[in-house]
Amino acid sequence: MIIGALKETFEGEARVAMTPDSARELAKLGHSCLIETGAGAGAGFSDKAYKEAGVDIKRTANSLMKAADVIVRVRPPSEDEIAAMPKGKTLISFFYPGQNEALLAAANKKDTAVIAMDMVPRISRAQKMDALSSMANIAGYRAVIEAGNNFGRFFTGQVTAAGKVPPAKVLIVGAGVAGLAAIGTSTSLGAITYAFDVRPEVAEQIESMGAEFVFLDFEETQADGAATGGYAAPSSPEFREKQLEKFRELAPDIDIVITTALIPGRDAPVLWTADMVAAMKPGSVIVDLAAERGGNCELTQADARIVTDNGVVIIGYTDFPSRMAAQSSSLYANNIRHMLSDLTPEKDGVIQHDMEDDVIRGATAAYAGEITFPPPPPKVQAIAVQTKETKPAPTPEELRAAEAAAFRQATKNQVTMLGAGALVMLLIGAYAPASFMQHFIVFALACFVGFQVIWNVSHALHTPLMAVTNAISGIVILGALLQIGSGNWLVVLLSLVSVLIATINIVGGFMVTRRMLAMFQKS
Amino acid sequence: MGIGIVSAAYIAASVLFILSLGGLSNQESAKRAVWYGIVGMAIAVFATVFGPGVQNMALILLAVAAGAFAGQHVAGRVQMTEMPQLVAALHSFVGLAAVFIGLNADIMLTSIVAMREGGIDMAAADLTGFGESLWKKDAVEISILKVEVFLGIFIGAVTFTGSVVAFGKLAGKVDGKPAKLPGGHMLNLTALIASLILGLIYMNGAGIWTMVLVTLIAGFIGWHLIMGIGGADMPVVVSMLNSYSGWAAAAIGFTLGNDLLIVTGALVGSSGAILSYIMCRAMNRSFISVILGGFGGTTGPAMEVEGEMVAIEAEGVAQALDEAGSIIIIPGYGMAVAQAQQSVSELTKRLRARGKEVRFAIHPVAGRLPGHMNVLLAEAKVPYDIVLEMDEINADFPETDVAIVIGSNDIVNPAAQDDPNSPIAGMPVLECWKAGQVFVSKRGQGTGYSGIENPLFFKENTRMFYGDAKASLDKLLGLMT
Repeated sequence: MIIGALKETFEGEARVAMTPDSARELAKLGHSCLIETGAGAGAGFSDKAYKEAGVDIKRTANSLMKAADVIVRVRPPSEDEIAAMPKGKTLISFFYPGQNEALLAAANKKDTAVIAMDMVPRISRAQKMDALSSMANIAGYRAVIEAGNNFGRFFTGQVTAAGKVPPAKVLIVGAGVAGLAAIGTSTSLGAITYAFDVRPEVAEQIESMGAEFVFLDFEETQADGAATGGYAAPSSPEFREKQLEKFRELAPDIDIVITTALIPGRDAPVLWTADMVAAMKPGSVIVDLAAERGGNCELTQADARIVTDNGVVIIGYTDFPSRMAAQSSSLYANNIRHMLSDLTPEKDGVIQHDMEDDVIRGATAAYAGEITFPPPPPKVQAIAVQTKETKPAPTPEELRAAEAAAFRQATKNQVTMLGAGALVMLLIGAYAPASFMQHFIVFALACFVGFQVIWNVSHALHTPLMAVTNAISGIVILGALLQIGSGNWLVVLLSLVSVLIATINIVGGFMVTRRMLAMFQKS
Repeated sequence: MGIGIVSAAYIAASVLFILSLGGLSNQESAKRAVWYGIVGMAIAVFATVFGPGVQNMALILLAVAAGAFAGQHVAGRVQMTEMPQLVAALHSFVGLAAVFIGLNADIMLTSIVAMREGGIDMAAADLTGFGESLWKKDAVEISILKVEVFLGIFIGAVTFTGSVVAFGKLAGKVDGKPAKLPGGHMLNLTALIASLILGLIYMNGAGIWTMVLVTLIAGFIGWHLIMGIGGADMPVVVSMLNSYSGWAAAAIGFTLGNDLLIVTGALVGSSGAILSYIMCRAMNRSFISVILGGFGGTTGPAMEVEGEMVAIEAEGVAQALDEAGSIIIIPGYGMAVAQAQQSVSELTKRLRARGKEVRFAIHPVAGRLPGHMNVLLAEAKVPYDIVLEMDEINADFPETDVAIVIGSNDIVNPAAQDDPNSPIAGMPVLECWKAGQVFVSKRGQGTGYSGIENPLFFKENTRMFYGDAKASLDKLLGLMT
């Protein structure tokens, strides 16, 4: 199949859906790649770099769409672009089919198979193509950097000759992928980081990233995140009230607030009200990652940086990933590449759009002339339901009792074995002739010595042990030697063969043992 | 040489054999111990050949020379990865020799009894040493002898065909999957009962035909038994056959009234038995269930495996190794198959040169022979003091940055601990998933010999490094100059 990446037409979008690296990987799946000229320029990938990776450059979007079977891009296409697209292609991009119903219908009319990267289900298997997560990760990082850019002080506390600098205090609201990335960046810059989330189970993740979980003293238990695919669910009014109260308490102290709270399919909840902004110190910064969906801060204006009357900077950019186009393009291109590798299970360059596959089914918004959105819930549960299992540790008394019991059991076993052995010996002795018993004593003692000796053999030397026992079991040669003098030709022949093969055993066994043992060397 | 001197020589040989096995308790004394064995064997053979009643010296010399040449040739050329095959082949020789000697004993017994009853004087009969001792036996001793002959032939024949099949499976000449004739173990049982009946008929005076039949039936049992055992159980099979070859030699020793044979046979037999026991314990399975073939029945559905296998390329592994401080390598049969031990050794050398702590974790049943991995690593010049046993190293995984699994599967399967319904539940395993990161070098996504799904491959800190072990490691080495 031919995969073609379009240049993004959205104003200010610098990302691209294919990088030279991802094109090389796609070639391994048996696909060939096209790219519109200049598509990678914003992310720092020149046409030359693509050419070196074996990608053909197309001069216009139309010629590319005509030639390609699969069209990949970042942003959803406009309706005009859908109209310009030839019939029967496959489109892979962010699509937001929930909000873009008209667009989806238009694409469907063109028999376009739409794979929406934003609809990839949140199951472990699909993590590698979860573009929302990879973009959120970048957004979280960039949000801290952007905040630092607008913040007039250090993040980390310092004691310098010129005076003491207090560390910045950062509050991160919403510990999803973006929130956790922001926590990581902020703590590694040295700030004192607090984080809040309505899902109590993420407290552990927050603490593992080095931030302090803002604890809310509230009785009502939140729905387990596992039930909602790992996303937050709307909270009750009482809970919200309590939460705002906590934020109000924190606001005067916090230098930087980064809000990332989103609830799937709804406007962003307002968590940072105007009075909290008013309570903040001048020079403080608020970065609102939910700006696109109305913002978590009451005063946020999408795609704008505003300064309030009391000198608080509020950043409502919605294009954080695009501001780090090189990084986000390479991650997004990898997400796309993984999606295509799932679509090409045989690695033979033939796409098999398997609607039975949870991930592919979930992401497909239109296929074969039909709108397939919304998808049925995935068969695999996103996150395993937490089960708790506690086994009380045994007390010293119990341990001692167990030891004593084990000892008694061992003694009993040994005595039983000895008793049974003695009985068998007595029975044999009662019936067998004396000449047999002489040999039998030797046999029993040899077995006993053997057991004692072999237990001490080092595990590492088990193979040499087998080789050496092989060699000495060649001792059957003695039997053959004693018989070879017989007058019967058959006996002589059989003994002769026995001597021959027993000698092979002896010589082969010992030589190979020596070879092996010589190899064991100390460092 | 008188009989007294021969006996003294036998005592010396017995002591030397015991010392040669006992010396294997560590690598350094083992190098001396193997000489004890060689000297013991030389004394024993020399004393027997020049002892009373041995004739046909020219034939003996011829056979010994030919055998020595063949043995030396094979031992000098065998690859260390082929050790399991070689060991199995040598077992089959012991089995075959035991069968021949047993048949010979019966032939001689028949002719001597005929001569005795014909009224010929013992001195006139011109007998060998063994013949003389046969001449002196009374009726009870003769029936005991017959039991011994029966046992020697039976065990010898089982060992012979069993070892031949094991050789075929290990050498890849016979399909490694368990295969059984219809009737399964009932067939074996029937064959066993049939040979017991034949043995009774023989005791009551029937001719050598009964023993020839027993040879054939026992041969069938050995063949069928080992055909029914899968490749992953081979360490147990090989050590079990090792044990059988010892018991066969001991039975022959009883037949011939030769104490040295008895002692040596008993030593080898108990050694093999202990090895089998150790192997079974390492798999948490009873000896019976291994011998009867196949894993024990599961008691319920296996646990659902969450997550997915994530692949990684050599570059990623190289980077992780670069950042790691401590590394544990877990080799398995896949390493032997791919002949990757040299590459593993080279990797170890380079990592150690960079000041990283590299160790090896060896599971008792890794490979197809007890201690197989140790020998392969030793061959590749990996120092033995960084090659550790499971019990020594299992507690260290949580403090380890990277664990590399090369061609092993069941021995690193966490299902053995987590899933009570798993066929390997309760088997002690190497807890490599507790390391910071795990790389699994594996040919493909299959489930390996035992066909058990391995949740390790789906863990979050596990990355699958697909490809032939040697090719993958060489690629990795290329990135680590």
